[in-house]
Amino acid sequence: MTLWVDRYRPRTLDDLHYHRGLSERLKSLAASGDFPHMLFYGPSGAGKKTRISCTLRQLFGAGAEKLKIDQRVFLTPSKRKLDVNIVQSNYHIEITPSDVGIYDRVVIQDILKEIAQTQQVDLNAKQRFKVVIINEADSLSRDAQAALRRTMEKYMANMRIILCANSTSKLIAPIKSRCLLIRVAAPDSQEMEDCLMYVAKKEKFHLPSEAAQEIIQDSNGNLRKALLVLEALKMQSPDLTGPLTIAKPDWETYCHKVADMIVQEQTPGRVMEVRAKLYELLSHCIPATVILKTIAERVVERVDETIKPDIMHWAAFYEVRMRLGSKKIFHLEAWVIKVMSIYKHFVYSFDMEDF
Amino acid sequence: MFLKPQTGKQQQQKQEIEPALQPWVEKYRPKTIDDVSSQEHIVAVLQKTLTSSNLPHMLFYGPPGTGKTSTILALSRQLFGPDNFKNRVLELNASDERGISIVREKIKNFARQTPRAQAVASDGKSYPCPPYKIIILDEADSMTQDAQSALRRIMETYARITRFCLVCNYVTRIIEPLASRCSKFRFKPLDNTSTFSRLQHIAQTENVPLPPSVTETLISVSGGDLRRSITYLQSASRLSSSTQPPTEITSIDVQEIAGVVPDGVINGFARVLGVEIPNDDSMDVDDSKKSSLKGFDAVRGKVKELMREGYSASQILSQLHDLIILHPTLNSRKKSQCAMSFAEADKALCDGADEELWMLEVGLTVHKALSK
Repeated sequence: MTLWVDRYRPRTLDDLHYHRGLSERLKSLAASGDFPHMLFYGPSGAGKKTRISCTLRQLFGAGAEKLKIDQRVFLTPSKRKLDVNIVQSNYHIEITPSDVGIYDRVVIQDILKEIAQTQQVDLNAKQRFKVVIINEADSLSRDAQAALRRTMEKYMANMRIILCANSTSKLIAPIKSRCLLIRVAAPDSQEMEDCLMYVAKKEKFHLPSEAAQEIIQDSNGNLRKALLVLEALKMQSPDLTGPLTIAKPDWETYCHKVADMIVQEQTPGRVMEVRAKLYELLSHCIPATVILKTIAERVVERVDETIKPDIMHWAAFYEVRMRLGSKKIFHLEAWVIKVMSIYKHFVYSFDMEDF
Repeated sequence: MFLKPQTGKQQQQKQEIEPALQPWVEKYRPKTIDDVSSQEHIVAVLQKTLTSSNLPHMLFYGPPGTGKTSTILALSRQLFGPDNFKNRVLELNASDERGISIVREKIKNFARQTPRAQAVASDGKSYPCPPYKIIILDEADSMTQDAQSALRRIMETYARITRFCLVCNYVTRIIEPLASRCSKFRFKPLDNTSTFSRLQHIAQTENVPLPPSVTETLISVSGGDLRRSITYLQSASRLSSSTQPPTEITSIDVQEIAGVVPDGVINGFARVLGVEIPNDDSMDVDDSKKSSLKGFDAVRGKVKELMREGYSASQILSQLHDLIILHPTLNSRKKSQCAMSFAEADKALCDGADEELWMLEVGLTVHKALSK
């Protein structure tokens, strides 16, 4: 019993439900024999990975789907051992170098040189080259990206690189200029509805249009999330009629509670309570950026128009501070206090004008 | 075309690349320094060294894609010819390990070898082949401080038989003692006419139909970086030739490949922020729908939409910057307020901040500045 997300994941480029023009392009590129390095970018849940695996299948045939997971050990210059999980088939290899933090350069150099220096031995293989897929390319360190530069040109004969990233902002220009950029936008609501209907049909149940709309609203362009929600809802109420309540994840409701607390009362005592809650969230491994964003979104919904920009400004400000600093809670707390003070000032001056 | 490689193994690989599959940047690398586009001053200086066989240590710096690596490779090729190239030139770049240990061992060992006797040129031409070797340190600004300091003495001790050529983008990242040992050459960004003729030349040789308007787009998206425009040209021609039936390259193709956000989208965003965009009818439909939302919610909705489309924040930022700074009717006070917020956001994005938050922040600041 697999999840619907995996079971109905398109396997070939022809099966893809949206971005047909893009699929056509990928197909013709794969057929032409002159396959470039590629960089797929787009928001999460838009189907980047699906498109990559479909392209691989188009390139190499069904053999590219026989995956095996390997654990490899790399040695840093300071003789530290790094364990890295690698997914590979006979034709491609998939790595997530950001797993190893600052040592990603070592992994990149080793793997790429190894692949580049070995040739495809299988004479029946459709292509002469192997493909290296690098996930989360936007979190590669500068060093690792610099190491990619020349390698990408030099070993073009034996290897193609497919980078997969959420955004191109953090990639250095030389890498971008060496790749064919492929933007995978999130599907619009019509396309999402089609996908949901398709899954419903395959699962042999009727999905009311209102329910589909509600799921699409909730998932915000993330198709993976939409499908997971659909499956969860189906488990809850098999007929999918009547009022639906899409269960929000625990942390989200918790964040909303924190936001409400901030708006209700602005006192030092309340700050301590909020701080305890923030700690709770952090200790459950919710990323600090996500916490900040969720709370900020909720807070701006409940305050007056005039102070909304200020709240977002300070959220952005403390978000950067958080990245640069070492202790997240300081900055979260600072933001909470800032918001409280803005809110209080606003309320008081408002009162004064009134009377 | 790339020059003769330095080791046997690479040579083997090189021969396997079918010419059709070679990246055009390598294929059309200048073969002599006279071919280097629009760096007349530097070429004139280097021409002298070809005749006088007197070469200083060199430091090439300038923005990417201006021909730094090509120049030094072409020069050493002209100096030594294909046969001597292998044992006279050592090329190291950022993809090779270049820590202090490599400087101490590999570079030092190569530097202190006495240059071997000149092999007889197999292609029948005669080369000056002066009695020194060249070490090319490509992307030298990514070398560590320690590795650079280790080079200092090596450069002086073996100056008689070895010349160094450092190639980098940012001259400030090269430590002062190294920089003062080299004669510096600044490569300026290519001017549009020479890029234009170069691109046209390549397109002609490759039999790709390339209308002048598309060439203009190529130049404008690549901003003086010749390598980038050639890569885009190759990608575009791949795309257009692989469709059935083959189509001509269009400006929109080029923009999509370069990751540029279409003008319509940027204009739409700018309009939500309160910038006046004259006569643009493509976004009118969107506008009437959006008019119900005002201020904060409108900006937030637009930012969310942009992020869902997957455009990169830094790209949006730079295009929005161009749009606002060059805007004909905004007064300079407003413009400078916007510029300050762009600078903040750019720094934040470089530090790895969340894109959506910062796009929203930029949007709100610009909106506030313009609605005063």
